[in-house]
Parts: sequence; C-alpha cells; structure tokens
Amino acid sequence: MTEPFVPPSRTDEGSRAALTEGDLDVTGLSGGTQSAPHEHPRAGVEVPALDQHGLDSQDGKVKGQTRLVARRFFHQPMAVGGLILFALLGIASSVIGHVWKYSYSQITNQFAAGPSGAHPFGVDDIGHDLMAQVARGVEKDIQTALLVALIAMVIGTTIGAIAGYYRNFADNLLMRFVDLVLSVPILAVLIVLGHLVSRQAGNWFWVAVIIGVLAWTYVARLVRADFLSLRERDFIEAARALGSTNRRIILRHMLPNAIGPIIVNGTLTVATSIILESTLSYLGLGIQPPEVSLGTLVASGQSSATTQWWLFVFPAGFLVLLILCIFLVGDGLREALDPKKTRVRA
Amino acid sequence: MLAYIIRRLAYSVVVLFLSTVLVFVLVAESGDPLAILRSNPHVSHATIAVREKLLHLNLPLWDRYWYWFSHAIRGDFGQTIAYQPVGQQLWQHFGVTLRMVILATLIATVAGIGMGVFAALRNGRVGDRASMTLNFLFLSIPTFVIGLLLKEFVAIPLNQHVNRIVFYTSGEQSPTLTGGFFSRLPDYAAHTALPVITLVLITYSAWAIYQRSATLDAIDSDFVRLARAKGISPGRVLTRHVVRNALIPVTTVIALDFAGVLGGAIVTEQVFNWQGMGTWFIQGVSTLDINIVLAYLLITAVFVIGFNLLADILYAVLDPRIRYD
Repeated sequence: MTEPFVPPSRTDEGSRAALTEGDLDVTGLSGGTQSAPHEHPRAGVEVPALDQHGLDSQDGKVKGQTRLVARRFFHQPMAVGGLILFALLGIASSVIGHVWKYSYSQITNQFAAGPSGAHPFGVDDIGHDLMAQVARGVEKDIQTALLVALIAMVIGTTIGAIAGYYRNFADNLLMRFVDLVLSVPILAVLIVLGHLVSRQAGNWFWVAVIIGVLAWTYVARLVRADFLSLRERDFIEAARALGSTNRRIILRHMLPNAIGPIIVNGTLTVATSIILESTLSYLGLGIQPPEVSLGTLVASGQSSATTQWWLFVFPAGFLVLLILCIFLVGDGLREALDPKKTRVRA
Repeated sequence: MLAYIIRRLAYSVVVLFLSTVLVFVLVAESGDPLAILRSNPHVSHATIAVREKLLHLNLPLWDRYWYWFSHAIRGDFGQTIAYQPVGQQLWQHFGVTLRMVILATLIATVAGIGMGVFAALRNGRVGDRASMTLNFLFLSIPTFVIGLLLKEFVAIPLNQHVNRIVFYTSGEQSPTLTGGFFSRLPDYAAHTALPVITLVLITYSAWAIYQRSATLDAIDSDFVRLARAKGISPGRVLTRHVVRNALIPVTTVIALDFAGVLGGAIVTEQVFNWQGMGTWFIQGVSTLDINIVLAYLLITAVFVIGFNLLADILYAVLDPRIRYD
C-alpha cells in the first residue's frame, strides 16, 4: 500500500513508441537547429504526429497528438466519470469552505447529533459541523497530494533523466540511491519524520514535503528506463551531431518524448499520496488539530463508528471516493496514451 | 548463474550496510530522548550525564553508529529507555507480526494471480469488468478504512447476531490462553482472520491488475499464436505458454511490494490492537526510544532487501532468455 502503485502498463515500449512514432523524429531533428525555432512546435504532446489513429480518422486529416489522446481519454466513461467527480469534489469542498454558515473549527450549539437539515452530515461530540469538516478535509487532502506529486515528479524526473542520459557512473550512483530509499517501508520512515513535523504549526506543507521526498523513486526508475532507450534513437543522434548541448537534448528532445508516462505516474502519485497522508494523519503523525484531514476525522470517528455512524461513514466515504476518482483518471490517461493496449481490448 | 547470485548477494549486503547508516543518522537526528528529563528542574545534571553515557549520547555520531552497528550484527540491540533489552522485545513482537504478514502475503499472491488470469481470460466481458471494478475499489481504500469497516460493520454485528465471538477484533490472542499448540489454534485463528483479510484486500488488488495486464500481453504475443497454430491444446497453451510467461514480471512486483505489506501491517496492528512490531515501533517513535526504532528499521530492511534479492534470483530462474554474466 505504501509503495506507489505500479501501473500495469507497457510504458517502456508501448506508450513511448506511440508518442514518438511518425514525424516526432523530424521534430527532434529540426529542434536541434537553432536557426528556425519558430518553424517547429515546442515538441511534446502538442506536436502533430502521423499517428495510426490520426490517419485512420474519417476525414484523413492529421490531428494533434493532444487531441488524439484527449479523444481516447473521453471515450472511457469510467475515466470521464472520475474526472468529473474529482472536479466536483474539489470545487464543492472549497465553495463549502467559503459559503457554508459554519466553519470547520467552529463549535455549534448542538453536539453528537445525526444528519439533519441544519447539519447535513451531523455534528460530532464537541459540536463541530461535520460537513464543514469533511469539506475542509477534502480540500486539505487535495492540496497536500498535489504538492506531494509536484515534489515527487520534479525529483524523480530529474534523477531519472540524469541517470538515464549520462548512464555509467551517474546511473549507478543514482539508482543505488533509489535501492537504498526503497530498503525500508516508506510508511515506517514517514512515521519517524511525521513525529518530527507533527509539532509544526500549519504543518500540512511539511507533511507534503516529507511524503514528496520519499515518493519519487518509481518515477525516477520509469524516466530512467525511457531515457535509456530514447538516447539510442536516431533523432537524438541527429540533435547531437548538430551540436546541441546535453541540457538542450534532455530538455527539448528527450523529456517531451517521455512526458506521457510521467503524467500518468503523476496522477497515480496523487492518489497514493492521499492514501499515505490520510494514513499518517490517522496515526496522529500527519496533519494536526485544529487543522483537519479526512484521516484525522476517521480517527476521531472510529470509536463510535456503529453508534454515531455519520462520524465514520462521511469522512471515510469521501476519502475512498476521492482516491478512486484519481485512480480512474490515471487509468484512463494510461489507456489513452497507450493505444497498443486498446487494440488488445477490442 | 552462481556468480550472478553471489554478486547480487554481495551487493545486497552493501545496500543493507548503507541503509543502516542512513537510518541511524535519520533516527539519531530526529529528537533528543532525554528532552523530558532535561526540562525537569528536579533532575540533576549528574543524572542526565549518567543517562547520556548509557545511551552514548555524549559520543560523536559516527562512534555512536559504530557502537550500535557492531553490537546489532551480533544480535545485541541495546536497551530501551526503560532499561529493558531490546532484542528480547523485538523477537517477541516479530513473531506476532510474522504470523499475520506471511499468511496475508501467501493468500494475496494466490488471489492476485488467480484474479488476474481470470480477468484476462474473460477480457472485456462481465467477469473481467466486475473483477477489475472490485480491484480498483480495494486499491482506493486505505488500510485503516478497510480494517475499521471489517471490524465495526462486519465482525461486531456478526458476533452480536450469533451471540458468540466468531472474530476477535482486538489483540492477537486471548490473554488467558493455555494448553498445547493445537488447542490454542482456534483462538489464534479467530484473532488472526480479520487482520489477515485486511492485509490481503489492500495487497492483492494491485497484483491482480498487474497479472491481468501481463497475461493479456502474453496472450497477444507471437509465441502464443505460434503455439496455438501448432495445435497445442488450449489448456496447455494457457499453463505452459501464457501463465508461465506472465508470472515473470509479477514475481518482481510481488517481491518489491513486500515493504508495502510491512507498512500495511503497521496500520493493521493499530486498528486491531495487535502487540506486533508495528505497534512497538510506533511506541518507540513517540517515546523517542532510539534503540527500538533502529531495531525495527534494521529488521524490516533485512527482510525487504532479502525479498528483492529473492526477486532477482527468481527472475533469473524463471526467465532463461536473460543472460547474466
């Protein structure tokens, strides 16, 4: 559970091939020439590719890769449902935080009462309005998870790119470091670190930082594997022959071609980091009162789960819903970026 | 092959050593175990100095590390801050956790591979969709939520309904337990069932999804098409060509996920009040009992690195196409 979920994909071959087939090689080549930067697109997913699906399309028009991916994504009802629900959860939680008559930390004049017109999700033993608290928890969870994913993606991509591009010494050093980080359960290290940061005020930021600096290993491996095969391709060779610097080759030619798996993994990292954060908060070592997260709400509601069901059911239900939505979006993105897979399914 | 195994073994030992260094620095810098004592005006400086010396806090970090490491590899994990030997406590809690983790890993492996192959064979049909929906659902439920659901909404109502205890929801065994192993077995089973189910549910789903994908890959491959064309019976194609090949990547995933199972065990023990390693570890962290925390992290690192080594060797055995030299 603590291990970032490994998407069952053929990212190493399938999706990368899908992203680089067609005229992307040409783009790579022209990208190396400094003389006409306006002539070639910035590379990456916006590059029009002579993809198989593009040629197959009814009018025979070449479509942008982004549009192809988007079209494949929006043809999956589960993924679209997940995306809509996630957006609704995100919007609703911040709107409720602003317009709802109770705030998450306010003590109302009712206590230990079930759902009613005045308190749709009920009230806890102290008198907190549970709807305000759940909304705040969802908001904090999303905020924390997005920051975690950002940190993990930046560290993971950087380390993976350096290891895969320079190989030899850098590769050995960095990948052995990954092995080292993976040698203890991530949750155990988080508990030690969480104990440290749990005393900080407004500590959701620090909670995100400690999860982020531990969650990057899978991305690093993924990017490294992609870079190892990308660097042998002709358009990289061409760019090097034209005198592009290493930095330019990595940033302008290789990274855009590896972006698909990174995005998919970033999405899955958001989901796994919500699991990690809520677990840590449940154990009392993550987000601290008076701030709330769904994990702390479940922890305080667990002792009365059967007698005051609303204290457990609402926070736990929204937590699972939130994670499920993100996993569905991630899975849909993977399918959309991996057309080979879709062919198997049909 | 033998040279490969030896090289991997040597590498694992190095990783383990470096891992202990990293962990020691992390834990030693994470707080002062004597902070409470120091803040107490009635405790004399002499007392604090004695305790510092006992915990080797007066030595430089590297000396402290070496002292701990050289004793730990001989099985001496030092004392807790309550002057109890850590080693004895460790093995006691270790046994409790091991019971849960081994059972859960075995069941989850069988369930994950079985569900994955089943879903792949029913590709796109109702069975596939139903099992994949279930897998994604379990993937999305954090350990503590599954544990609490099983405890509060399955076990307790069931126990009340049949008016006797079918599933215990707290502790790893009844405190008054006596008799031989076989007379204690039913009590163990009733205590162990729910935590094991919890761990299985959070673990198997990712493996099932992975197995399904690997099986679909194999079904779609040229060698399976050839095997079919040669007229090999469908059952034999499935067992010898499809599943055999699909198991190779999944073996690695399962071995690498073992750290995740241990992490899940920490939470499961908290939910079901087990006095296992995870609970012991959390107590150690919250009281800043360095030797407990270090002992836990060392043992888990040994297991995780051991499983990774096993995965590499299994990979070499299962996939003769890969050359190791």
